[in-house]
Amino acid sequence: MNDLPEQKETNLSFEKIKKDILRPMQNHKGLELWIAFLLTVLSVCAWAYYVQLRDGLGVTGMRDYVSWGLYIANFVFFVAVSLVGMLISSILGLLRIDWITPISRIAEIIAVAFVAVAGLVIVMDMGRPDRVINVMIHGRFQSPILWDVTVITTYLTISLLLLILPMIPDLAICKKELKKTSPILKKVYNILSFGYINTPSQHKHLHKMIRTLMILIVPVGLAIHTVTSWLFASTLRNGWDTTILGPYFVAGAFVAGAAALIVGMYFFRVNYKLQDYITDLHFDKMGKLMVAVCLVYLYFNLNEFLVPGYKMKTGDDIHLKELFTGHWAIMFWSSQLLGNIIPIILLVTKKFRKPLPIMIISLFILAGAWVKRYVIVIPTLLHPHLPIQNVPENFVNYSPSAIEISVTVFSFALALLIITVLAKIFPVVPICETADNKGIKYKIEA
Amino acid sequence: MKEETSNNSRRKFLKSVGISIGAAGVVSGFSLLGAAKAAAQEPRETVNLLTQDGQLVQVDKDQLRPTVTEPLTELQKRGREGIAGKSFVMVIDLSKCRNARKCMDACQNHHQLRPDQHHINVLQMQDAEHTAPYFMPKPCQHCDNPPCTKVCPVDATFKRQDGIVLIDNERCIGCRFCIAACPYSARIFQWTEPKDPEKYKDLTYNIEANVPQKKGTISKCLFSADRLREDKLPSCVSSCPNGVYYFGDQNEDAVTNGTTHETVRFSKLIEENAGYTLMPELGTKPRVYYLPPKNRAFEFNGDLLNEENLH
Repeated sequence: MNDLPEQKETNLSFEKIKKDILRPMQNHKGLELWIAFLLTVLSVCAWAYYVQLRDGLGVTGMRDYVSWGLYIANFVFFVAVSLVGMLISSILGLLRIDWITPISRIAEIIAVAFVAVAGLVIVMDMGRPDRVINVMIHGRFQSPILWDVTVITTYLTISLLLLILPMIPDLAICKKELKKTSPILKKVYNILSFGYINTPSQHKHLHKMIRTLMILIVPVGLAIHTVTSWLFASTLRNGWDTTILGPYFVAGAFVAGAAALIVGMYFFRVNYKLQDYITDLHFDKMGKLMVAVCLVYLYFNLNEFLVPGYKMKTGDDIHLKELFTGHWAIMFWSSQLLGNIIPIILLVTKKFRKPLPIMIISLFILAGAWVKRYVIVIPTLLHPHLPIQNVPENFVNYSPSAIEISVTVFSFALALLIITVLAKIFPVVPICETADNKGIKYKIEA
Repeated sequence: MKEETSNNSRRKFLKSVGISIGAAGVVSGFSLLGAAKAAAQEPRETVNLLTQDGQLVQVDKDQLRPTVTEPLTELQKRGREGIAGKSFVMVIDLSKCRNARKCMDACQNHHQLRPDQHHINVLQMQDAEHTAPYFMPKPCQHCDNPPCTKVCPVDATFKRQDGIVLIDNERCIGCRFCIAACPYSARIFQWTEPKDPEKYKDLTYNIEANVPQKKGTISKCLFSADRLREDKLPSCVSSCPNGVYYFGDQNEDAVTNGTTHETVRFSKLIEENAGYTLMPELGTKPRVYYLPPKNRAFEFNGDLLNEENLH
């Protein structure tokens, strides 16, 4: 297996790499249809949000007890997925693991799309989005929400830079090669390539900057998910009031992020015909990485549920019983089994780390991760310290309304649209880095 | 429809009491009806006002003088500061509460709340499997270490110098973090347009009553801070028929019973009756104290005993 990439190397020249990677950017087949579909979904769901704006959050299933619902669960999921950028391009990049080269840009694109939409999801959850500016005017730095706003914007900024900076050499190539593209895109390539012609000094400076950003994004990436967990851990509620919630969320985010990346890799490999670049080896390695992060996550799950489950403290007991054997048992166990335990068992075997099986497993992991966020947010709110009484039936049971589901679909469609557009206008596999990696010499002309 | 039913009852009234009084009733009824019709014809001539005891009244516009309304900023400024030198406390005597729910009604009337929205909620409690159930009115605990104000990103909920935790619904962004943070489930959210928005829409926002309520913002018990400013007891305290509530100033060490108007020493009341606070282990330091539900002179009539929503 190890000598597989070296065999491939002989087939590749810089011209071929360039051609292979730039081809999907010029070929529009089916793209308009896909974008039109996404825009239709977006506009229908935007109407749902308009209804929510007009009539208030009462159009959702949320009420005074379950006051955070689908939106917040979805927000946590989006933040989780976005952590893939830090995992791949930063942690593995800093360790100088070079098999990540062809997939690092897909990771960054996913990170940028999901963290940007996460920011939007939180605004869509607000009762008064028209007052969002109050967070700037009257912001109190004692509130975890301020920390969240800070780290999300920082993470988005650094992720964008980590997407664009390593792309500068590729964009210089795009500028030269993509003659037939639209004038706006030409301008984009022209500006964003910063006159790069791969001189030794340019190369040195660029890589220094990228390295600095790769280091910077580690604490920010940890912070974004830790702070998101603190939105829950800073309260006095059973199920949230635990000390390991921060690292627990980070571990879970690595799982969700890695799964999203595998799905993205598979899609681009097949659809963009990049089998020579995103190879079986990458899926195999990602599979092993997935087992590793899933095991860490499993360890945190054991701590999070087994320890309080052993004690069954008042308050925790109702919450845990509802999760283990009660109303939430199906969701809880399916997220644990399908989203964590079974994938670990399967992915230990080599044949399940082939592209198609691992992609399917990753879809289950993603679904499990989403359900897990739902199970983290909602049951806790249904088990407050004092009994829920003298309120209508719909205060006691939560189920998301059609409007709420539509607005959530909106967030997914928007994230997919951002990924689609970014993957259309930018090369999804780094051209120059791939060549560098394989020891192919190349020149970038001005 | 309403006019018809009121006329029907008036007829019965006529038969039983006598024509002369009845005639007077009819005359006054018609005159009221006429006034209402006149008001309906000329809606621009009157304005809605909230009286100090929480009643909505219509006042002729001609009778208003320009200096009556205080500017919003001034109301909010003094509302944020609180009443100097005071330290408000509430004592709830659980041995007296028999679930009359007059406190809930008065509160909802005062703060523009629907029947399912509670600033104060009378809960049926049972601490353990074999202990006696009891009724427990639960207002905001006005904690001295409030988890809700800590998490507010915009300082829309805050603690005043007199101990009251208030809400500024002109600033609240509706993130509902405070609801998640409150362990007493004391906070509510205006999920839709609040009750009777038309009636209240011209009122200047009074932060101390949180009226008018606004869609997409938080509300909660305010210890009727607007009434305290006029040396009145909170709505719930005054309306209790059973002597459950004491309210007063910890600095003066005096609390007054809302039903009997008897003023007692706060420290003595707490000491002699083994007063306690809710969930002290959470470290929230509530300003609402409870006296245990002992020696009750009535049967517990709640439906708690056969319900599964036990604590």
